[in-house]
Amino acid sequence: MLILQCPCCGVMADETELAAGGEAHLKRFGPGSSDDDFESYLFNRVNPKGVHFERWRHAYGCGKWFHAARCTATLEVFGTYSAQVTEPPQEIRDKISARRPGWRWREFG
Amino acid sequence: MSDPVSALNRAAFTGIAQIAETGLQGMITLRGDLASAVVIKAATAAAGTDMPARGEAKIKGEHGLCWMSPDEVLVLCPHAEVAMTIAAMEQVLAGEHALVVNVSDARAVFRVSGPLAREVLSKLAPVDLAPQAFRPGMMRRTKLAQVPAAFWMEDDRTFRIVCFRSVAQYVFDLLKVSAQEGSEVGVF
Ligand SMILES: [Zn+2]
Repeated sequence: MLILQCPCCGVMADETELAAGGEAHLKRFGPGSSDDDFESYLFNRVNPKGVHFERWRHAYGCGKWFHAARCTATLEVFGTYSAQVTEPPQEIRDKISARRPGWRWREFG
Repeated sequence: MSDPVSALNRAAFTGIAQIAETGLQGMITLRGDLASAVVIKAATAAAGTDMPARGEAKIKGEHGLCWMSPDEVLVLCPHAEVAMTIAAMEQVLAGEHALVVNVSDARAVFRVSGPLAREVLSKLAPVDLAPQAFRPGMMRRTKLAQVPAAFWMEDDRTFRIVCFRSVAQYVFDLLKVSAQEGSEVGVF
């Protein structure tokens, strides 16, 4: 069972209280973008074994969106952070580096 | 004018804990910037209690303020005073970006009481309800089995639960099963 601390209300919420929102930090390509960029924005998702960044919503709690960094292989949670950022904060990256030295995820690492 | 009736008309059940639908309770949703002096004034004047911090419920009899999310509090007041309370709040909030809505009749309220009340709720919600983890004064929005609900404690052995009116019978049935005779777990 996955348990994430919602950074908006502070609650330790188990998976049944949360709604998964898919991969985090997607760069949006909208009208005017190339077909390749738009296709990639719509459909291309990473599916890593290891460090992963996701969006979650505290659906049965405060209702707010947030970000989570976790390991898909072990379910270890590195941390949760605000939805209002476009990349993982340094504090979260440091926590991951302490546990998974040399990690990479898309352009981050 | 017709008389307002609560969802289950004060249905009650006694098993390893006492379950009761509490009847009519005034409930007003207030959304806005909870750090705004105007919003705080509207909320505290309506309820006659202090502003709740994150995760808190400030309850005084039929009045109270429950923290629902970073931009929402639930104002409790007697059912008959809702219209008057909303009018007063809207006056305070004039010009402020905020929302005040009467949700009293969209909800149902239950009380679960007795020495085993924590056990009855623990079977239904993914929440640590150990006495040191969940105490009177705290507020929790979560789910009871399959439906959203919120609760706080009136005292160390009494929970007040709010759910949507449309699932009132479901929640009452859940609570009855969870509180059936002989179902003590003895975990707390
Ligand atoms: Zn939350």
